This record gives sequence, C-alpha cells and structure tokens, in this order.
Amino acid sequence: MSAVDPNKESTRRTLVGLMEDKPGVLSHVTNLFRRRNYNIESLSVGHSEIPGISRMTVVVNGDDAVVEQVIKQLYKIVNVLKVTDIDDPTAVMRELALIKVHAAPAARAEIKQLVDIFRASIIDVALESLTIEISGTEDKVDSLIAMVRPYGIKELTRTGRIAMARGNTTTSVNKQINN
Amino acid sequence: MKLNGAQILWECLMREGVDVFFGITGGTVMPLYHELSNYSIRSITMRHEQAAAHAADGYARATGKVGVCLATSGPGATNLVTGIANAQMDSSSVVAITGQVASGVLGTDFFQEVDITGITMPITKHNYLVTSVNDLAQAVREAFHLASTGRPGAVLLDISKDAQQGVTEFAYPESVNLPGYKPHVHGNARQIRQAAEMINHAHRPLVIAGRGVIIANAFDELLALVEQAQLPVVTSLLGKSGLPETHPLCLGMGGMHGESYANLAMQNADLIIGIGSRFDDRLTSSAETFAPNAKIIHVDIDPAEIGKRVRVDLPVVGDARNVLRELVKMVHKADHTSWLEQIREWREETRTHDILQNECDGLQPQYVINQLWEVTKGHALMVSDVGQNQMWEAQYYRHLRPGGLITSGGLGTMGFGLPAAIGAAVGCPQENVWLVAGDGGFQMTLQEMATIMQEGIPIKMAILNNGFLGMVRQWQELFYQGNYTGTPILGPDFAKLAEAYGVRGMTVVNSSDVRAAIEQANAYPGPVLIDFRVEREQNVFPIVPVGQPIDNMIRRPIRKA
Repeated sequence: MSAVDPNKESTRRTLVGLMEDKPGVLSHVTNLFRRRNYNIESLSVGHSEIPGISRMTVVVNGDDAVVEQVIKQLYKIVNVLKVTDIDDPTAVMRELALIKVHAAPAARAEIKQLVDIFRASIIDVALESLTIEISGTEDKVDSLIAMVRPYGIKELTRTGRIAMARGNTTTSVNKQINN
Repeated sequence: MKLNGAQILWECLMREGVDVFFGITGGTVMPLYHELSNYSIRSITMRHEQAAAHAADGYARATGKVGVCLATSGPGATNLVTGIANAQMDSSSVVAITGQVASGVLGTDFFQEVDITGITMPITKHNYLVTSVNDLAQAVREAFHLASTGRPGAVLLDISKDAQQGVTEFAYPESVNLPGYKPHVHGNARQIRQAAEMINHAHRPLVIAGRGVIIANAFDELLALVEQAQLPVVTSLLGKSGLPETHPLCLGMGGMHGESYANLAMQNADLIIGIGSRFDDRLTSSAETFAPNAKIIHVDIDPAEIGKRVRVDLPVVGDARNVLRELVKMVHKADHTSWLEQIREWREETRTHDILQNECDGLQPQYVINQLWEVTKGHALMVSDVGQNQMWEAQYYRHLRPGGLITSGGLGTMGFGLPAAIGAAVGCPQENVWLVAGDGGFQMTLQEMATIMQEGIPIKMAILNNGFLGMVRQWQELFYQGNYTGTPILGPDFAKLAEAYGVRGMTVVNSSDVRAAIEQANAYPGPVLIDFRVEREQNVFPIVPVGQPIDNMIRRPIRKA
C-alpha cells in the first residue's frame, strides 16, 4: 500500500505539516516521499506563526490508505510535530506564480486585458517582455498560463500550493495523532 | 565542571549505563580515544566497522540495553552503514557514534569527510550532526532516549573534531526536549476491550508473535494470554524465542519457510492477533491472499506499521507488554478443542515429511542443528547468519531462553552472525553463545576471529559448509532452471584458518561424529569453530514461491516407507 497503485483511482490530497525548523528536517521529509515511493505534486515550506516552527503544505496523490501511511510516516520523523489532512472543499488553497511572457509592443494591450480579467498584475515591463504575478487556486493559475502561452512564455515559476482551513479552525501544534 | 567534548561524551555514556562499546579508532575520533582511559568503559576494537555495528546490534538484542559502536569519519562511517541499516530494520537499540572533520572545513571534501548524516537519514530513527561542544550533551541524551524508547532503532551521532576538543561547562541534561516524539505505550482501553471481545468470540484464533514481544519483554504476559484462552501461536523469524518453543501451543515460525501446520493455521484462522509483528512479506507472502477468513487485530507500538501491508480490523497502538497485561484480564478461559485438534492433525501429517526421518546419505545440515539443539537443550543463546543456515536454525532449534535467537531478519545481512555473536557474548558473558553460519556469510566477516582472541570471547561457531551461496543456489535449482551462476564458492579450510587465529578448529564430515564434536565444543572453555561439511545441495523446505499464498508450499519429500 505504500506505493501508488496505478490501477486504483487516486485523488489529490492536501496535507499541512508543522515541523521544528532544524537542519536536515526538510531533507528528511523529501527523502521520505522518495524512499516510500509516494507521489507528490507539490511541496511548499515556510515559516509558521510560531518562531522555530516551519509549516509545509504538501499535495499528495493517492487513495485513503496511501494518505494514511504518508501521515503516519511523516509523524515518525522526530522533528515533525503535527500533520493534518485538510481535505476540505472549503479550505483556502492558494498558489503564486510568476510568468515572464514574450510581449511585442503590439501584443501588450491584449496581455494586459487578460491579466486584468484574472485579477493578476504586471510587475515588470521590459522591451520584449512582461512579468505577470498571479495568485489563486491551481486552476486559476493554470488557466492564465494557458491563455498567455500563445504569446510565448519565456520563464515560469510556481510556488506550489499553500493551504489553510477557514474559520476558527487552526492547525495547532499541541494536538496528538489519533489512531 | 569544565570539560572538553571527548570527556563530555564519556561522562554522558557512563550516565546512560554504557560500559562497553565496539569500534575502530581513526583520525577524527582520536580525541575521544585519548580521554577514554579515564573512564571505566570497555573498548573493543573490531577489525571492520561493519562488524562493530553488528556487534553493538547483537549486544543490544542480547541484553536489552543500548549497543554502542564508534567509528572515524569517512570510510569508518560508511563502513557502519550496513550495520546501522540492519539494526534499524530489526528495531534494535543502537547508537552509532562517528567522528567528523572540524566544522570549519565541513563541506570542503576534506580528507576523510563524508556526509554521514545525509547518508544515514533513511536508515536511522534519527541522527545528529554536532558541531559545537555546547550541543553535545543534549544530543547524546536524546540519542539514547530515541534509540531505546518507543519502537527502538538506530540513532547516529556525528561529532566534529572541534566539538570533541572544545571546552564547556558540563551539566548532564535533566530531560530531553523532543516535542515531536511521543510514543504511545499504553493501548487504548476501548480497543483493548474490543480485542478481548473478538478473542472471546473467535472459533479459530491464532496469535502471530513478532520481535515486539521480545523487545517489550512480554514473555510472561504472552504465555499467560495464550494459556488462558488456548491460543495457538505462530511466530515470525524475529519473533522466535518469544515463547518457549516446546510449548504445545507454539507452532514455531510461519512464512516462506514455515512449517506447513503453521502456515495452514494462518490461512484457516478466523481471528489473527498480531503482536509486535509488521506482517512482513516473508511471513505473509502475498498480502492480498493472506488469512482470507480472518479478522485481524494488530498490536504494535508503531502506528505506521498498522495497515501498511495487511488489512487490519482492529488496531491497538501500544507496548506489547502493557497491552497484553490489560488484555489477559478480559479474555475468557477457552479450550478451542476442535481448532487445536485440527492443528494437531496438520502437525502429525508434517511428521511424514520430516527430513530427519528420511534416509539420506551424507551429513544433513538439519541434523547438525537438531543435535545442537539436543546438546544445548534449547538454552543456548543462538546467533544465526543469513540464508539456508538461518532457516534450518529456525526450523530445528527450539528456543527456550527468552529472546534466545539473534538473527538478521529484515535486512537479511550475510556476515551479521559472527560480529553479532561477539556482541551477544560480551553482553552476556555467562551464557553459552553459539553461532550458526554458512560458509558464504562467515567469509564476509571472519576477520573478527581476531577480535575473539584478543578479547577472550569463548563463542562456539558452527559452519554449515556446503560450498555454495546455498539459498540462492536453491532458488536457481527451483526457479532458474538449475543455472548455478555465481553461487559456487571456494572456502578455506576453516578449521586450519581458525587455528591460525588461535581458535580451536574442528572438521566434521560424518553424521556419526556430529554429536561428539558439538559436545566437545560445548564443554571447551574457549572459542571453537566446527566446520561441518554438509551435503552440498540440500534445500530448505517447505518453501513458498514468492507472491504465492502462504499455504502454497513446496513440501519436503515424503518419508520412504
């Protein structure tokens, strides 16, 4: 069950993890995904609200059994404090992308229009290119990328998903794994 | 009290109860060895770092304490890797200490620099790179805590040379600070109650006992439970010696080379109670076809083992001893007469396949183990290597000493046996330690006979010498059209080689000499090696081909009438 079974229908699930900000922890986490053959779509790590504790969002592909194993294996890493499956349609999921698009002067107005429709912004202008910043769900980012691709994408970077539950619910560090 | 890092390490080790370690010195651990003479910790110099790690592992398994090995940076550290992986895979409490180049030159590919924390990340429970003397005591304290609690495992401490030499005020840390590490040792009361109900309602219950029983020291508790409810017990390879193996409820090892009655019991049970076993593939074969009629209760201290390989109907996360203690209070007396009678019939049938009753020419390796068992009456502390020798030991030696078998289960490391036996004998000097090894595995670490002599370790070594890497040869015979590629091996005259090291050497070629040789060796106060020249092409039966249901066994030939 640890490996992804190609015959089983798998879904994308979002896990949020809190871990001590110590050397090697991130490498330990990524190593785990590789070693146990878990199929991850994105991994994004940064500071949390507590100094010394990092927060990661990982999007993993798999059925319930795989996701359960991923969570349990993550917990085995000594510096991992808390892992939550926020598989909740109402949770806020965002991604940031920077897109450098080839933009001849004639095309600029068109691109600007697209950017406005997506409520993205142009953050840099050069002679032959525009750099667009967009944040939103992966779908929204995907759509904008698809729309500007015909103009020629010179460079693209995406952060991967970050997520947070809505309302008063928090992913706090003092909860325990429940079996 | 101001101390340097080396002194701090030894001070901490003393406080952790360490009185011996296995290691090899080298450039980046010289400060450690330099200070050692001021501490009453025995240093055993091995001949290869891999052996040092195996010895620490064997010591840990024999004593229940943490085993410690030590190596220098670079090749010393990388040589430990196999031993660390082996200990981690079998949940053995090992702390591996390595020297590291000075922190100022870290990352420059300095002489004998290697990223051992990076290398061992996937094969340790946790590891530390200590580059400041101020962090050392805390790291040592945590390393021992992690190695010995929860599901035990291997922890590596990589200590830079300047951290060993730096001076600081020493205070032994009162506590560990590991907010992300809280092992569940007490099972959930509701789940234990449910487990008892399931056991009380089962008609064909079966316990599968793994190494968790031995680690948790739950021998009495397991016996009490199975006697109370008359539950037959199959063990994994590493679960052997968790229950007296002459007990009528003990069916011995199940799995790929398990006896047919053990495997039939697993496939026909209506309830399986797994205790401290990870249901690994050698035990269950294909997970999909395993125990098709059974509900499965899985008791394990590691939540990640539950549901990893087989479907589980009821998980209980906790220490085997704690859980069994609670469980036995709620389990009713039962007799399960017809189920036990069925198992007895399967057992009777198996006797017709017993190779010991076959008329065979030549020296049978199975017979050697049988005689070893009879002479030592099941009480020896047995250490086996890996391969056919290991399986014959598992099939023909019935252990009575709780935790009396030490073997490499998960990783299957050939060469584990001799150094692990050294560790076991160092930890239990009053015990009769016997090694069973093949000629292949023995040749992987036989240099440690020098350590035996230097340290005066009186272990007995039985080599089942068939001139092949026998288990692979067997697979070639059964599954690869008899194409013996890479398996025939030439060995030395082991008795002469033993004598060259100063170990008493004997050679046995006839069945009729087996008993006397074992008796002589057993009575001899020093180390002895016996080279048993066994039949070259014996197979381990039963065998379940990989991926088959576990009751799909190729059996031993039937006894001639």
